[in-house]
Amino acid sequence: MAQSSAPRTLYDKIWDDHVVDTQPDGTCLLYIDRHLIHEVTSPQAFEGLRMAKRKVRAPQKTLAVVDHNVPTSDRSKGIEDPESRTQVETLAENAREFGIEYYNELDKRQGVVHIVGPEQGFTLPGTTIVCGDSHTSTHGAFGALAHGIGTSEVEHVLATQTLIQAKAKNMRITVDGQLPAGVTAKDIILAIIGEIGTAGGTGHVMEYAGEAIRSLSMEGRMTICNMSIEGGARAGLVAPDEKTYAYLKDRPKAPKGMAWDMALAYWKTLFSDEGAHFDREIRLDAANLPPIVTWGTSPEDVVSITGTVPTADTGHSDQKKAAIQRALDYMGLKGGEKITDIKLDRVFIGSCTNGRIEDLRAVAKVVDGKKVASTVSAMIVPGSGLVKLQAEEEGLDKIFKAAGFDWREPGCSMCLAMNADKLAPGERCASTSNRNFEGRQGFKGRTHLVSPIMAAAAAIEGHFVDVRTWA
Amino acid sequence: MKPFTTLTGVAAPLDIMNVDTDMIIPKQYLKTIKRTGLGTGLFSEMRYKEDGSDNPEFVLNKPAYRKAEILVAGDNFGCGSSREHAPWALLDFGIRCVISTSFADIFYNNCFKNGILPITVSQADLDKLMDDARRGANATMTIDLPSQEIRGPDGGVVKFEIDSFRKHLLLNGLDDIGLTMEKSSAISSFEQKLSTSRPWA
Repeated sequence: MAQSSAPRTLYDKIWDDHVVDTQPDGTCLLYIDRHLIHEVTSPQAFEGLRMAKRKVRAPQKTLAVVDHNVPTSDRSKGIEDPESRTQVETLAENAREFGIEYYNELDKRQGVVHIVGPEQGFTLPGTTIVCGDSHTSTHGAFGALAHGIGTSEVEHVLATQTLIQAKAKNMRITVDGQLPAGVTAKDIILAIIGEIGTAGGTGHVMEYAGEAIRSLSMEGRMTICNMSIEGGARAGLVAPDEKTYAYLKDRPKAPKGMAWDMALAYWKTLFSDEGAHFDREIRLDAANLPPIVTWGTSPEDVVSITGTVPTADTGHSDQKKAAIQRALDYMGLKGGEKITDIKLDRVFIGSCTNGRIEDLRAVAKVVDGKKVASTVSAMIVPGSGLVKLQAEEEGLDKIFKAAGFDWREPGCSMCLAMNADKLAPGERCASTSNRNFEGRQGFKGRTHLVSPIMAAAAAIEGHFVDVRTWA
Repeated sequence: MKPFTTLTGVAAPLDIMNVDTDMIIPKQYLKTIKRTGLGTGLFSEMRYKEDGSDNPEFVLNKPAYRKAEILVAGDNFGCGSSREHAPWALLDFGIRCVISTSFADIFYNNCFKNGILPITVSQADLDKLMDDARRGANATMTIDLPSQEIRGPDGGVVKFEIDSFRKHLLLNGLDDIGLTMEKSSAISSFEQKLSTSRPWA
């Protein structure tokens, strides 16, 4: 394993410990410790293996979960949509044939793949983790080098347990200070994306550091790393610490006994050395952050809850002006509206960004004893079966149902709207998910990205409100 | 994989920034278990009207661009999801080269696995190529991968950079899984070391 005496970043260290082979041009073969697969981006990879008569090199290093297109209604009687059913059955069949562990749609451990990995202790610091899904960056919250890959690379990992990679650049985002009440991890990451743009992290691995990041729970760190890809970076990282170890201890797939002690000793070496070189550094102060809402069709289209929708003439180039106008037209906005005047038809709480127990607890606190506005249809989709059970054990489901929320079965749901959960054309939604692209939540649907508590408060009022001053 | 050497064809202008993979191939087309047949879904939300008929305003529906093999697009092309269905859809439609000022990492990578060449150029060069593309079917472009240049309809030449290993794979249409499998003894010895240095992993 390549070692150098120069100070190294966290990314450098994990990278160095996984290089199998280096070509003269610098392209590396990187070992992959953990592979997550789901029903949408894996069938063609298995088909490729079969056609080339190849085997899965290390089936025990792959975990299969259905999430993208399972219905979030009762699924005890099977999946009605024939195409979704075929994909789910194909994953089950492939897992069986190649000897891969699989959580089906009725398994309580099933859920969004990026919620399941950490929950099971499959996600560990210092490991390399890939999945045919761009939000694999989520696992970086544990100090794992984790990123999304395409289906050809899924096939490559299945066949060889490696990936051909060129090393990315190092970028550090330091978030100083403490978040004010009502401002969350989601607002931090939206603010970062607003600052650097959706291509700002292209070619980089982003490490998040600073007091505000250290103060976040593991759930909050996952929210941040999850949206690294919306800032253009395939992977995000947070150095592991006591919170990381406490989260992982005794998880089903986490090491136990002596193996735990050995792992822990290694994990404690995982941080960026003093003086390590970062190609790019960004700094922001958490204390100055407001709750953030996206107004347009790119995650970089952010504005403070106290702000207004921009007008096209604020674009700094002709291309940008055209992009703003296109987004305004799509979103059914003129520009200049106050954010708090934007009325909503739908609210979606869930996804790998914000579908964890902490998110649901925060929502329950906001909506307890209140009612969803009569003009709004609001749904809560827990990130996994275990999140759902935990919420029900704590009685959160009763609070949600009493307030008029629809309490669903776990899955990706309306984050990408592959199943029946989608917006009708023209419907406007406050969503805790990660993408507000044209058509993302349904053909001609309009998405505003917000934190869980902002979505919850908007559901109650029927329009956006500033959670800092709303009661 | 089909090798990519030189390509002479019609270039379609798609002057939009941040063309995301949801735009390239919306989710309703992701329910397939095949790599083929995705061309009908390419850009479907812009390409078709609500009743399913062609939107005549969309560039690839204009007679001049129906057989386009090259796409000239705005900054940060292919951002968003990792779906390889995006390059599969482009390829199935007949597009084998995309030119932009920047690409999202995962999409960029996925292109090479499918014999599609993504070319990054400067804003000034893109503006010029976008103008060329706007001139329609008579204004073909030639993409010459061996000499790393784009030749426009008026003889203008734009040079481009590309990673030498990726160029090699594209030129020869090589399957990188096969190449990696030749290194299986190096992988085995890495795994051997791993079992003592980080057995918990």
